[in-house]
Amino acid sequence: MISYIIRRLLYAVLIVILVSVTVFTLIRLLPGDPIEILVSQDIMQDAARDPEYYARLRSEYGLDKPIPIQFINWFFKMLRGDFGKSIIRKFDILGEMKSRIVVTLSLGIVSFIISNVVGILLGILSAIRRGKIVDTVVTVIANIGVTAPTFWIAILLIYFIGFKLKLLPLYGYTLPWKDFGTSVRQSIMPVFVMALGPISMTCRQARSSILEVLNQDHVRTAWSKGLTERKVIFRHVLKNGLMPVVTLQGTMIAMIFGGSAIVETIFVIPGMGKMMVDGMLSQDYPVVQVVTLMLTFVVVLANLLVDLMYGWIDPRIQYE
Amino acid sequence: MEETKNVGQAGEFEVLEEALLPPVNEFKRFIRVFFRRKVVIIGFALVVLVIFVAIFADLISPYDPYEQDLHNVMAAPNGAHLLGTDALGRDLLSRIMYGTRIALIVGVLTVLISAVIGVAIGLVAGFAQSKVQTVIMRLTDALIAIPSLILQLLLANLLKSFIGGMGSVVVALGLTMFPGYIRMVNAQVLTLKQNDYVLAGRAMGDKKRRIVLRHILPNAVSPLIVMMTMMMGASIMAEAGLSFLGLGIAPPAAAWGQMCREGYQYLMTRPLLSIAPGFAIMILVFSYNMVGDGLRDALDPRLRGSLD
Repeated sequence: MISYIIRRLLYAVLIVILVSVTVFTLIRLLPGDPIEILVSQDIMQDAARDPEYYARLRSEYGLDKPIPIQFINWFFKMLRGDFGKSIIRKFDILGEMKSRIVVTLSLGIVSFIISNVVGILLGILSAIRRGKIVDTVVTVIANIGVTAPTFWIAILLIYFIGFKLKLLPLYGYTLPWKDFGTSVRQSIMPVFVMALGPISMTCRQARSSILEVLNQDHVRTAWSKGLTERKVIFRHVLKNGLMPVVTLQGTMIAMIFGGSAIVETIFVIPGMGKMMVDGMLSQDYPVVQVVTLMLTFVVVLANLLVDLMYGWIDPRIQYE
Repeated sequence: MEETKNVGQAGEFEVLEEALLPPVNEFKRFIRVFFRRKVVIIGFALVVLVIFVAIFADLISPYDPYEQDLHNVMAAPNGAHLLGTDALGRDLLSRIMYGTRIALIVGVLTVLISAVIGVAIGLVAGFAQSKVQTVIMRLTDALIAIPSLILQLLLANLLKSFIGGMGSVVVALGLTMFPGYIRMVNAQVLTLKQNDYVLAGRAMGDKKRRIVLRHILPNAVSPLIVMMTMMMGASIMAEAGLSFLGLGIAPPAAAWGQMCREGYQYLMTRPLLSIAPGFAIMILVFSYNMVGDGLRDALDPRLRGSLD
């Protein structure tokens, strides 16, 4: 188990380094000089035309050095907790991100838990009642969840539930420990939208793998021993049937946190996803650089946890 | 003498009896299995409809999708404009009809780019030494773990200044949606390599290239076609997401995601402006998925040759 954990950890570190190199290079390749943008924001236009001023700014931001050196500087600065400043809006990235990452994480974790519970339950239900009405209904819902764009579902909810029926607030976000009631009311729609895709995929995977297990010999033996349905399902079917569902969860986490860009934009939630989109629209490269890296970091970390859990649940993995 | 003997054997052995049956027509069987489920028929019909609309958009759409009618902005659905008009007085129905072109092209091109990359890498991984293979597959796992939307946003943003319009989005999507193919092809190669005909080919001195092109690729085509169909829907959805965020296909192009973005500002007064294009996206993605499902059933080798 220990060697398995160490291998996974090294692997996660490798991914983070790979992603940061990729993100950094991609952003350096972007057209448009960040210094130009910075200067064009400057009020003192006269001073800005001075080439010496350019050169000073360039070395101030470390942009006069070759790209690999820039990367190493940037990377080690981040390790020390210096994430740099926004070019456009001048805020300190780390401070801004601290409040935003809490928002994105709390919404994402809630969506993830809900998608697992609901998805697995629906999957079990439609597998053991195969061909019945429940199965048909669940299959239709899962199909909608896979094929409808998240922003479209969000638009529908905002229009019908928020605007027409006035049941829930249209947008915004409040932290749960500030005002729990408002927070819950504001979170219902975004969490539903974020969780719908993962629910559908988890449900489909659970259904098909449980159906496979239901046909296996040990399940038939369990039935013929005269066990109750509950015992057969919980003790003999789920243990094997849910393995592929656990493997799928890594992708689901990527989906939830990647999708936060869309969901946070449409519900005007001050999280990381919205920060990333705003940064890209205003070409605020330092922000984009850090936020994309942080979002990936969250996903890699979550994947690591899933992998470790998988190794813990399935004893075969440890000896791979 | 010979003939009577043969007939006698045919009566005795089941194997010969089966051989005397009329051969199963593979194409007919394919069609029958494919159209067995109603949802697949619906999905197929819808895909055909969308292709039809895309080809004949010039003839059947009531208005020019880019023509602004500033005397007639934000019109509610009426006899002249069945779905109403947008903030610039453009006919919504016509824009949705022209949107089929962008959706179809984005889907096909993205899938082609990503499939070529993915299949090539997957084949290399499948035939490489085990160490190289491990490295490739681990990198693939890593790519799958990264939220693809983030990479797509970055790439689309980067490519926008090099390739205008649809091109940047298509390339960005194509360059991020290939890891799935690598996994699939690699798994296929590993299974197919075990087959006797590959061994026979090797024993006869076939080169690796011949084995790949002659034996592996043709047998891996079925799952590949199924996956490509499914990925058409996925890439259309991804494009719509990018365009909705304002980082995909730029206005005034009649792309569905872009139309949702523009229409969303007027959600409270004219909900159709954003709901209708979104519905079109869902219909097309659903249809592709259903066709993919049908193809999977029809191409399943375990069912091949069966009379059903």
